[in-house]
Amino acid sequence: MAITLQLDDLPDLARGAALLGTGGGGDPYIGLLLVSAELERGRTITLIDPDEVDDDALVVASAFMGAPTVVIEKIPGGDEPVIALRRLEQHLGRAADAIIPMECGGLNSMVPLLVAARTGLPVVDGDGMGRAFPELQMETFGVYGVSGSPIAICNERKHVTVIDTGPDNHSMEWYARGTTIRMGGVSYIAEYPMTGAQVKRTAIPRTMSLALRLGRVIREAREQHRDPFEALTECLSDTIYQHGRVLLEGKVVDVERRSADGFVRGTARISTFDGSRTVELTFQNEHLVARDGKRLLAIVPDLISVLDAESAAPITTEALRYGQRVRIFAISTPPIMRTPEALEVFGPRAFGLDEDWTPVEELSTV
Amino acid sequence: MRIGIDVGGTNTDAVLIDGSTVLAEIKTATTEDVTSGIAAALAALQAAAGHDPASVQGVMIGTTHFINAIIEGRNLAPTAAIRLGLPATEALPPMSGWPARLVTAIKGRGYLCHGGHEIDGRMISRLRRDELERASEDIVAHGVRAIAISSVYSPVNAECELEAAEILRGLLPDVPISVSHQIGRMGLLERENATIINACLSGLATHICRGLADAVSAAGIDAPLFLSQNDGTLMDVEHARRYPVATFASGPTNSMRGAAFLSGLRDCAVVDVGGTTTDVGMLRHGFPHEASTEVSVSGIRTNFRMPDVLSVGIGGGSRVREDPVTVGPDSVGFRLTEDALVFGGRTLTATDIAVAAGIADIGDRSLVRGLDRSLVEAVLARIGADISAVVDRVRTSAQATPVVAVGGGSILVPDDLPGVGAVHRPEHHATANAIGAAIAQVGGEVDRMYSMAPGERERLLDEAKQEAVDKAVAAGAKPDSVQIVDVDEVPLAYLPGNATRIRVKAVGDLVLAD
Repeated sequence: MAITLQLDDLPDLARGAALLGTGGGGDPYIGLLLVSAELERGRTITLIDPDEVDDDALVVASAFMGAPTVVIEKIPGGDEPVIALRRLEQHLGRAADAIIPMECGGLNSMVPLLVAARTGLPVVDGDGMGRAFPELQMETFGVYGVSGSPIAICNERKHVTVIDTGPDNHSMEWYARGTTIRMGGVSYIAEYPMTGAQVKRTAIPRTMSLALRLGRVIREAREQHRDPFEALTECLSDTIYQHGRVLLEGKVVDVERRSADGFVRGTARISTFDGSRTVELTFQNEHLVARDGKRLLAIVPDLISVLDAESAAPITTEALRYGQRVRIFAISTPPIMRTPEALEVFGPRAFGLDEDWTPVEELSTV
Repeated sequence: MRIGIDVGGTNTDAVLIDGSTVLAEIKTATTEDVTSGIAAALAALQAAAGHDPASVQGVMIGTTHFINAIIEGRNLAPTAAIRLGLPATEALPPMSGWPARLVTAIKGRGYLCHGGHEIDGRMISRLRRDELERASEDIVAHGVRAIAISSVYSPVNAECELEAAEILRGLLPDVPISVSHQIGRMGLLERENATIINACLSGLATHICRGLADAVSAAGIDAPLFLSQNDGTLMDVEHARRYPVATFASGPTNSMRGAAFLSGLRDCAVVDVGGTTTDVGMLRHGFPHEASTEVSVSGIRTNFRMPDVLSVGIGGGSRVREDPVTVGPDSVGFRLTEDALVFGGRTLTATDIAVAAGIADIGDRSLVRGLDRSLVEAVLARIGADISAVVDRVRTSAQATPVVAVGGGSILVPDDLPGVGAVHRPEHHATANAIGAAIAQVGGEVDRMYSMAPGERERLLDEAKQEAVDKAVAAGAKPDSVQIVDVDEVPLAYLPGNATRIRVKAVGDLVLAD
């Protein structure tokens, strides 16, 4: 069913998207302001169910790429993702019928909405990551046979490049990353042009409406003085994500981060208040793994998020600071992200971790 | 000897301190113009202590005047925000996401111009003098009285902001200018917001700072005048006039540091009970625990580092209702001496309950003699439970936390908070804020680019910390009292050699000359 997004929906969507961003994907706050400004100007945004898309429709993924820390300083001009879409259409010789988020987690939940507001195109309720991931080949679209190329990349100077690597999505990521660094660390892209039939086969369905729902659950739990973490777990249980659980409650005792090769990498350590347990989180834009000493608590592609211990407000890795009181919350990924071919593209080994993936619901928390 | 003054919304408190001894403390009413209230407070202190004004070595003032001006939206200068960053940033002009009420209160005007830098230090675009000239004509035409300049990546490269400020100063010599790299850190919107707030306070700051200096010299005191900053360190009056935004969180910081000084505790919860609200914060190693998520000031998102303080609407003037028993959040405020039962009024307040319970002796005790004993006990239990719940949310450890109660209304805090622990009520607790101002510290700051080879992070951080400590000592801090309070690392990804901007702040106790 098609939904018309309202101004009041956006803070909930941003909150839910930040949770699904698993610490990365950029703070959706900037995106929230961008999209709010469009709706205040009287523009509309329609979210359509994947089942509603015609099999032969042309659907294009829209996103920003680069270091989220750059976006909070170098805010976009606003037209970049639209220019990228138009250039891709020009390259393909065909106009898009709908756009789809590449990534429902973080700021990229909002960029397609900005494009939708400025072009009038509908947004498909689904995405290719089901969370946030750091690289362009890490999408279920590509896992199940869609080529990311051709991709159009644009920056605030309205400089555009089109890269076509055929079916090689790894090389597309590599060249696009290099271009993004030269463009000042952040760019806006249109990629994975595909048919409606391919969307239905390869996209993770209804993740935008899920983000909206999760954000709303956190807000309503707070308003009703319920535990927001219990409310989240309850809400997830009847979705394709199924499991949500608190791994640890404590305070941040150390954060080390560095920007390199267009990513923010580092570790954060969180200790229980009595100091008896310490969990170390390793991140590359997003949290990859949570460990208590040698014991594994959760590992990519399952979701690991850090939330304010009281309000359950999601905290991105760039906002993590010594002394924060937080809870680490893990969410199991849907089955479409857990197949052998999916794990090959975004499982632990794809991030250079020398271990196999274990479902978070099979790991003990204590 | 030094004088500490706290100018709150209701009361102006003053203390005279010699070393670690409080010689005198007084409370007076805050006045509309602030200055006459300070003059009255200094006169009252003189009367109480009988000291020689010439023996005062320093006057330290903490004030909520500037943050209150923003919250109430009054006495603010019409302000222009000039941002350098085109063609980037156009999608969100200055004051995006602000409450409309505040944009109106400062008659805010935003101008987008070319300029700014990339993260790797290249320019986004060249600054254009013609754009600034056009903006200045518009600024004159609209009666703007203050300018805030922000530029993309100015914490990495401030050239554009400095050059634009120079040009605008030439065009508009009488309009004060605030530049963002001197005020905030990474995050363009948050830094720009803080800069705009600073700019719109510039007229008021000039007025207030002159008034404070006049009041102090009129009292025969010829000693340096300082204002408290957010981080508990002092700045001189000239600095305060240029950076009024740096006083924003000094209220809670002073009350918490005053509590630490009076109680001798370095790790504790501080409960500050005023007329309308109770603020609860944590002290860790003698310093206030900072807020974790972004801080919103009156609906404006900023990235100030501020103490993590939770407030609950309980104070001496809180209205008390029966069936069920509730306390606050509404308060009779400064009308306490007319509306409360003990002053012959008709409103049952928390103060009346305290008098009826025999824990306070204010007004006419006979007027509350008829209050039902069980009601009095139920109200005190309610207050204890509500404050306990807030302390429980603020504390950083599951272990029992010592609690220090300060402020004029702290008699309302029971001796034992359910589920939390014993309550310390140190002597002079009612003027903890003014004491916090009097004992405020001095700081030393390092802010520099480092080339960080692998494995060198620890050593370079240590070097930067040592340099900050040395600077604090050079600024007058007692060497063994200096501590590092802030470390901020900004890795600059694409520069060769892992360039990193490191900012370190150290603070210590001020040694005053005899």
